[in-house]
Amino acid sequence: METVLSLVVGCLFAVSLYLILSKHIIRMLLGVVLLSNAVNILIFNAGRITSVAPPLVPEGAEAPLSDVANPLPQALILTAIVISFSFFAFLLVLAYRAYQDLGTDDTDQMRVAEPEEDGPPPLGY
Amino acid sequence: MVHGAYQAADFLVVAPVALCLLFGAGLLMIRKRVDWHPFVAIPGFCLLFAADVLLLLKVAADGPRTMMMGDWQPPFGIAFTVDMLGALFVTTAGFVALASSIYATFSISRTERRYGFFPFLFLMMGGVSGAFLTGDVFNLYVWFEVLLIGSFGLLILGSEHEQLDGATKYCFLNLVATTLFLVTTGYLYGLFGTLNMADIAEKAGRFENDGALLTIAVLYLVAFGMKAAAFPLNFWLPASYHTPRFVVSALFAGLLTKVGVYALIRVLLMLFPPQHADLATLIAWVAALTMLVGAFGALAQSDLRRLLNYFVIAGIGTIFAGLALTEPGGGAAAGMVATSAGAAATDAAAGEAAALLPGSTSQVVGLSGAVFYAVHSIMVMTALYLAAGTAARIAGSSSLRVMGGLWRSRPALAALMLVFLLAVSGLPPFSGFWPKVILVRGAFQAGLPVLGAIILLTGFLMTVASARVFALAFWRNAPAAPEADAENAVFRAEGEPAPLVSLLPLLMLAVFVVAAGILPQWLTELTDVAARGIVDPAAYVGSVFGGGS
Repeated sequence: METVLSLVVGCLFAVSLYLILSKHIIRMLLGVVLLSNAVNILIFNAGRITSVAPPLVPEGAEAPLSDVANPLPQALILTAIVISFSFFAFLLVLAYRAYQDLGTDDTDQMRVAEPEEDGPPPLGY
Repeated sequence: MVHGAYQAADFLVVAPVALCLLFGAGLLMIRKRVDWHPFVAIPGFCLLFAADVLLLLKVAADGPRTMMMGDWQPPFGIAFTVDMLGALFVTTAGFVALASSIYATFSISRTERRYGFFPFLFLMMGGVSGAFLTGDVFNLYVWFEVLLIGSFGLLILGSEHEQLDGATKYCFLNLVATTLFLVTTGYLYGLFGTLNMADIAEKAGRFENDGALLTIAVLYLVAFGMKAAAFPLNFWLPASYHTPRFVVSALFAGLLTKVGVYALIRVLLMLFPPQHADLATLIAWVAALTMLVGAFGALAQSDLRRLLNYFVIAGIGTIFAGLALTEPGGGAAAGMVATSAGAAATDAAAGEAAALLPGSTSQVVGLSGAVFYAVHSIMVMTALYLAAGTAARIAGSSSLRVMGGLWRSRPALAALMLVFLLAVSGLPPFSGFWPKVILVRGAFQAGLPVLGAIILLTGFLMTVASARVFALAFWRNAPAAPEADAENAVFRAEGEPAPLVSLLPLLMLAVFVVAAGILPQWLTELTDVAARGIVDPAAYVGSVFGGGS
């Protein structure tokens, strides 16, 4: 199971890197979504996947009676999902606003902050 | 072991984060009463700085302190562990936040306050403080994200074309960097089964799988190098840091890159010392190239704000130089050793130094210099952007072609700017001088004379760039007919600030710059303690697991 998931993670990383390397922001956004999902599966995989009981402690006991699944990766992933989702929402709005205001989603043409030709600074006065 | 009943003083460990989140939430509730914002925010930042100072004093007196979230025992609960390194950084951050918030009272318009300048500022500071105080790797990731969300809000304040352009690049690059951090944290969890830093520090030494640890160390170096804008991952910084309001640029330039540096020190140097030694040569090259890119980039700029962006990068390179120093003859950094005779001589010198001062190895010296330089850099970069902001408002532009005559019209501002420019170039008697002395001496001790020479060369080039700024913007007479500069018209429209309020934050920062320059002893003692705590984290581990282990 871990091997299969590792391969899935590898494929997702490859696809998302390919998309992020594009110069169009909309493709980069898709890459970011895939990247965050790839990381979530990676963390899940890092916590080892076992088919055992849910991690519940019976009433009156101090510790689980038998082997239980690892609950920590799920807590980590839940945090990561919330964060990456909010980031994606922000990026989506930012990209749309940048497209509206700058008239392009091609990062090569987004040169407002760094104009092409600025010339050297004055060398004397 | 940490006990259930905490003393009141223990709550200082979480106080900086709690205060920031509390004031941030409170300010959100009075979002529409923009006139009240400064009167709530300034006392809030005073309280934050007071809590930071008390925490620093407590750590200086008692050593590292730990608090467990929800009293879940280590290594299972999330630990907040503060040692001297964290306390020093968080206090510096609190100080520049206070200075910047005073500056913001007149430089941030009512509309921008309505869009949430002060709440975002508090939330970002909450993230920064949390990153400096946490003792858990995953928690560190969460605080990185908190500070990023706050910084996004500050970055696009104003929604100008330039800002949207800069913000797009900043957001994507930082998101990829934090995702890489998360990937590595996933691997770390897979290997160790724990995310508590003290627990990992203990287990990493006994760990067999060197290849896996080296992979993790390299990935952390890339992720935090991206955050810190180290070459060749620095291109997002000059693309974005000059676009927001000056006070926002000041805080970003001062704090955010240093959070990356702090995380690198904490994770790479404290948790994986053997892997750090393996990577020392790489870090030395990264440091040298970052310094040179920063210095030459600054020389090529004709706009004051963009020039300052490159000063930030040069400063990061100087800090990285301190992180590259390891023990001479440790097998590391062989690529940069100049000649065998020179290396032998410096080896002898290092041996002497180590014999004179027990425990003062070249790694401790380098790290201490790096921490000193980081504290200096936070203060002086914030001060430079704030001073540049005032100068640009008066001159109506931040282009060096247009500015001029400020020495005659604003002598106090010009004198303060001169102090900061000399400090950032590393000239005495200001705060930039001593850390560079420590770093150059450490580089020679560690058998890296080339690195030491590059630190000196960078200092020279930055002096040239600083001198150009001062000569053009301040010393010469104002150009007769300033070019019409539509792009920068926004500065002129804002009007000139009252001199007293605009000088107060600069004076506060200048006091530190001069004090650390004339009396560096108090600061070097603190940075030495911080560096020793990283090289030998026994006290850090002890504070989490109790003195015995």
